[in-house]
Amino acid sequence: MLTIKNLKAKVEDKDILKGLNIDVKPGEVHAIMGPNGAGKSTLGYVLAGRDGYEVTDGSAELHGENLLDMDAEERARKGLFLAFQYPVEIPGVSNMEFLKASVDAVREARGLEPYSSVEFIKLAREKSKAVNLPADFLKRGVNEGFSGGEKKRNELMQMMLLEPSLCILDETDSGLDIDALQVVAEGVNALRSPDRSFIVVTHYQRLLDYIVPDYVHVLADGKIVKSGGKELALELEKEGYRWIEGETV
Amino acid sequence: MSEEVKQYIKSEYKAGFVTDVESSTIPVGLSEDVIRLISSKKNEPEWLLEWRLKAYRAWQEMTEPDWAHVTYPKPDFQALSYYSSPKSMEENRPKSLDEVDPELLATYEKLGIPVHEQEVLAGVAVDMVFDSVSVGTTFRAKLADAGVIFCPISEAVHEYPDLVKKYLGSVVPQRDNYYAALNSAVFSDGSFVYIPKGVRCPMELSTYFRINEAKTGQFERTLIIADEGSHVSYLEGCTAPMRDENQLHAAVVELVCMDDAEIKYSTVQNWYPGDAEGKGGIYNFVTKRGIAHHRAKISWTQVETGSAVTWKYPSCILKGDDSIGEFYSVALTSNHQQADTGTKMIHIGKNTRSTIISKGISAMTSQNSYRGLVKMNPGASGARNFTQCDSLLIGDRCGAHTFPYIESKNPSAIVEHEATTSKVSDDQMFLCQQRGIDPEKAVSMIVNGFCKEVFKELPMEFAVEAGKLLEVSLEGAVG
Repeated sequence: MLTIKNLKAKVEDKDILKGLNIDVKPGEVHAIMGPNGAGKSTLGYVLAGRDGYEVTDGSAELHGENLLDMDAEERARKGLFLAFQYPVEIPGVSNMEFLKASVDAVREARGLEPYSSVEFIKLAREKSKAVNLPADFLKRGVNEGFSGGEKKRNELMQMMLLEPSLCILDETDSGLDIDALQVVAEGVNALRSPDRSFIVVTHYQRLLDYIVPDYVHVLADGKIVKSGGKELALELEKEGYRWIEGETV
Repeated sequence: MSEEVKQYIKSEYKAGFVTDVESSTIPVGLSEDVIRLISSKKNEPEWLLEWRLKAYRAWQEMTEPDWAHVTYPKPDFQALSYYSSPKSMEENRPKSLDEVDPELLATYEKLGIPVHEQEVLAGVAVDMVFDSVSVGTTFRAKLADAGVIFCPISEAVHEYPDLVKKYLGSVVPQRDNYYAALNSAVFSDGSFVYIPKGVRCPMELSTYFRINEAKTGQFERTLIIADEGSHVSYLEGCTAPMRDENQLHAAVVELVCMDDAEIKYSTVQNWYPGDAEGKGGIYNFVTKRGIAHHRAKISWTQVETGSAVTWKYPSCILKGDDSIGEFYSVALTSNHQQADTGTKMIHIGKNTRSTIISKGISAMTSQNSYRGLVKMNPGASGARNFTQCDSLLIGDRCGAHTFPYIESKNPSAIVEHEATTSKVSDDQMFLCQQRGIDPEKAVSMIVNGFCKEVFKELPMEFAVEAGKLLEVSLEGAVG
């Protein structure tokens, strides 16, 4: 599914990723943990193709295609989905309009017909119900005046509509109380399938109680310094990141 | 600004063609003789010639205003021609649309304007003004059945002299300001509308102004009178060919809204804005004002995407008690365009109300200013105003400015002003792209969302047109 080899990237002349390797197979959930400033969010942005994040070495392939050559929107159409830590507001652009533009663009790239307005409204209502967002949120501006939890549920709804093959969750747990966290985690779990993979980026182990990973990687100073099963997250929680940093020194 | 956004703002002006017709254009220059010539070409009565000359003499004593936040070389008024008409409109003036030179009508068809009454957009009557003359007006007969008069003002002078004499200059006097005085001296064609008492105009009225001839200015004059309890919705559209020279457009629009009447005036202004280097384009110096009597309502909606320099403040004099004034504006500037636009709400009557919603969008190196006056006169007890000015910046080399003026001489009057400035942020762009949306589509979506409150005030057909126009005007503005 996703193969990252020796990936190096910089932001504003500062090296952030310093030779990162990960191999994600279909259906797997990989958690990436690490201290603040390790490059966790940068990894998501680099893979999604955000401007200003410059790859200096290495490769990243999705379904065997070179991701790094594509524009951000192309990567999205190929099935890469990034759930944001802090989803931005777009005032005046209705959620429904935004979702339809997004879904139409992705479907077109997959050779599918766009939904008719009626079909789409029905589908969007169904999904908003599934993530427990009242239907009037579809009429409101994108994330406009949404609470932290509502923004995350809106992201989840987008994920459901776009049916991506690779989902990157960037600190999805930040700003969520435990109830909201559970709702989001349940939604993610419902989307797990043999042909869909997840990279769950998080600082805390808490999220991984709900979204149980197959593998846990520890990212420190731009590299994966330790990998293991889900029990590694528990160890980290107990010992703190210093334990890892101590080991690598 | 990302590369995509830059690509997107390079504007492509789709109305920039020239119509190849033989025109008779009077020699350049301005003098009393030129004014006499214009007046005689229109066979005007003596009183109107005198009215023009009075304006001209006043204008000569005035100086060009320089308070607007725009810079441009002053027009050379002696290097312009003040009257140009297609020859076919002069000798044997066509008596009906069928006799009009097809080439002229084709100009409007090319611009997407319905010139034949049988066309789909049949709910709209159109007056077509080409340089200095009206070339045709649709649905006149149907409108006449309802008692509505819709014709070129040059005809109204002959056919409805009492109305014209009574109201011309009654809202915008000849010496109101520099460009209004110039217009009063040399105005050519424009539309005249009269809606009788209690009549709801059965269709939308519209006028399309087209400047075609080089080295000419367009000085149209529009007068709309809505008699007691009547209702009318009117729309104007404007385009011009792409030329290296700056052309002057100095119009005057007067609205007279009697007791309990309502006038809704919408503008989609798409004059040629000049090229990416700032060469050419229209100077749009326009005076628009309406007077609202008791319980009357005037609503201005404007979408401004064109002109090299815009200087324009559609205003309302809320003279009657309980009268209402509204101003909804979207002004978009890109490349080297400059706009200084806004409104004046003059509250005179009791319990008068006004609403101002202004949306300014600046891209590339353009400068966009909102300038608005809200004045509460001593008699305006219980008057209220609400103003909201929002600016959206695309990129980091443009400017947005807000100049609100508030004068309140009545302690019971309430004035509210809200203003925001925001940017199309990298975060917003990235969210859209990460969801598979093209950068071009993303910008147009974000900008349209920003303008939503104004677009919903436009007649439906034109709201769609306005959205598309913004898209075209922003092509290449994204990055």
